[in-house]
Amino acid sequence: MHRRRFLLSSCATAGLILAEKGAAMPAAAQREISIGLTPVFLDHQLEFLKQLRSYLSERLSAPVRFVQRGSYREIVDLIRVSKLDFAWLCGYPYVRFRREMRLLAVPLYFGNPLYQSYLIAASSDKTTTSLLDLHGKIFAYSDPDSNSGYLVPQYQLLRAGENPSTFFSRSFFTWGHRKIIEAVGVGLAQGGAVDGYVWDTLNLLHPELTATTRVVSRSPELGFPPFVARSDIPEPVFRRMQQVLLAMSQDTQGAHLLKTLNLDGFVPGSDALFSDIETMARVVGKARK
Amino acid sequence: MKLMRFADISLRYKIPLRVSALVLITALVVTGIMVLREYDESRRDLVAHAAGLGRVLADTLTAPMIHDDLWRAFEVIRSPQRQGNSSFETLAAETVVVLDQNLLVFVSTQPHRFPLGINPAQLGGDFAGILARLESDESPVQQLLEPAGSGAIYMVTPIIAEGVLLGRLVLGYSRQVFTPRLGNLAARAALVTLIALAVVLPLSAWWGRRLADPLVTLAAAMDQVAVELPDPDKLAPLSTGDEIGHLATAFRGMLADLHEKQRLEQQMLVSERLAAVGRISAGIAHEINNPLGGMLNALSTLRRHGALDAQTEKTASLLERGLSQIRDTVAALLVEAKVESHPLTPHDIEDIHILVGAAATKKNARLVWDNRVDAMLPLNSTLVRQILLNLLQNAVQAIEPGGIVNCHSYVDAGHLVIVVENDGAYIPEERLPFLFEPFATGRREGNGLGLWVTYQIVRKLDGGLDVDSRPGLTRFTIDLPLPETA
Repeated sequence: MHRRRFLLSSCATAGLILAEKGAAMPAAAQREISIGLTPVFLDHQLEFLKQLRSYLSERLSAPVRFVQRGSYREIVDLIRVSKLDFAWLCGYPYVRFRREMRLLAVPLYFGNPLYQSYLIAASSDKTTTSLLDLHGKIFAYSDPDSNSGYLVPQYQLLRAGENPSTFFSRSFFTWGHRKIIEAVGVGLAQGGAVDGYVWDTLNLLHPELTATTRVVSRSPELGFPPFVARSDIPEPVFRRMQQVLLAMSQDTQGAHLLKTLNLDGFVPGSDALFSDIETMARVVGKARK
Repeated sequence: MKLMRFADISLRYKIPLRVSALVLITALVVTGIMVLREYDESRRDLVAHAAGLGRVLADTLTAPMIHDDLWRAFEVIRSPQRQGNSSFETLAAETVVVLDQNLLVFVSTQPHRFPLGINPAQLGGDFAGILARLESDESPVQQLLEPAGSGAIYMVTPIIAEGVLLGRLVLGYSRQVFTPRLGNLAARAALVTLIALAVVLPLSAWWGRRLADPLVTLAAAMDQVAVELPDPDKLAPLSTGDEIGHLATAFRGMLADLHEKQRLEQQMLVSERLAAVGRISAGIAHEINNPLGGMLNALSTLRRHGALDAQTEKTASLLERGLSQIRDTVAALLVEAKVESHPLTPHDIEDIHILVGAAATKKNARLVWDNRVDAMLPLNSTLVRQILLNLLQNAVQAIEPGGIVNCHSYVDAGHLVIVVENDGAYIPEERLPFLFEPFATGRREGNGLGLWVTYQIVRKLDGGLDVDSRPGLTRFTIDLPLPETA
């Protein structure tokens, strides 16, 4: 806890310095662009990340650095204090800290900037049909800042009149969607909430992993985890980055990378996309108080 | 069918079988020892590995346990199993359970078997014992637990942060992790044993044959003894100085003794028969001699006292001739030892040379005469002459025209030795036992009493008589002891 606070304060200072420098030297072509990544996608494919980085770096004519952390929160905090230029976040932290960041682009999944949260159970579990069947069981959340892996089940329980903090006998965070699947697969948890896009993509890449689980229910479609920029991002950099992402599906290299990501492309998106998440966040936030 | 016992099997097979059994037993014992050692070593490795791993994991688990971070704890205990390291794969813990301060399941690698929050003692089996042990002994030291009758061993490591016991890490290893290693070892040992057997079997078969063959030959010869005495000279010679060599030598000696005994028995049989025949014929001869003398006297009286007509004269002559022949025959049968005679001189022997020489010349035969007797001998000359004459007459008769007859006579160590040889038809073996019986002649001429008389004389003079007859040579050897000159 001490460490966290220290990190926050130091980041804030660094961010200020960076922001000042950014203002003093606008559109510095050689300035390194930092992009924060979270487990909203399969962030463990290092080889793929290398390709993606060199692609972006080439298109942006600037060195690109990817920043990965153990939780959403750390990335969110980094971009809030402008320590990062861009980040691929979940919709939930976006709606919470919208004023401290700018929406850059939203990925297209099956042609739409939408995805679902999946409730999964072990494939050997034939009885569970809804979240409410898991009363008194052990539940795996991905990250307290995840929409699909935390906010959605919390909201659903509240809507059903349950107290999310006592409904399960025990719950824990795995800090990644892929690990939710593993935890449910080995039986550490009887249920888990997972990013539907991650589950589907893993189902294509590692069917042996997803085969240990089954999808019990799917949430309504929600805004796909967006790319955001720090609030004080210089406009040319923001534009350039947005153009690169939006045009990604139009060149073969970009299309290939998108295919690996199991995505179709990017759209600028709008805050309206995330209004449902915002509603849920409000409900859950209120309940917590 | 009766089963053959191992003891009845020939040494030829017994030796290779025993050698093979010995090889197998040796291999089994050596393999057993090696497997035991390997087991011990594997167990030591495992315990060392488990102790090290336990300490590392326990150390790493302190943070997740303080933060109650189930997933991190799970990732920590799962990490050793995820290592692709092959040497660790065999040593991978089968069960990893983390117990909290109250000895309830905090997390395990097998959530289905160890549901979170339960008391593992409820599961029974090994864990009931482990929990009992941990409850009774709260000292925070690493310990190795081997529940009795269990197929697993457990390494229990305390999880301590800042001196506070947070819980326990239990690493459970199935003893079966040793099985592949031990199986490999046993397979290798079996292969080596097979190779050793492949080398040893032919070798021991050869060796067994070498050792057994003389014994087998001896055994076969011994079996033969009951049927017919084998010729000891025909047995394969054995020059070894070991027990088998001794045995063969002893057996050969025994065979020689048996042959000698057989020969003596046959000789004795012949002598006894001849003695019996002699007694009978002597008895009969005496019984005949008395009335015969009377009858001849009566005939003589008849001749002397009356002029006989021609017919009577003729009958009387006939009777006289017949009775004379009977008397001669009986006289021949009755060998008279008490015939008065002068001592034997070389001249007596030379007389016989002249007598037989004529017959030999008539048959165009060569008579080789070798008389070395040069002094007077205290022997009945009439009887000796009779012997010489009989033997030489037989010899001359036996040879083909142009054949050879040898006669040697000499004195040797107080014995007069007479050897008569001829190269005529030899005497078949089956006739030898009956050779000296009266009327046992093989020829048409002669009365068949010559050898009988010779034998009787030799016996009366306490001498010895030996016949050796084979194709091309028939030899009679007479050996007469010279009486001590009183």
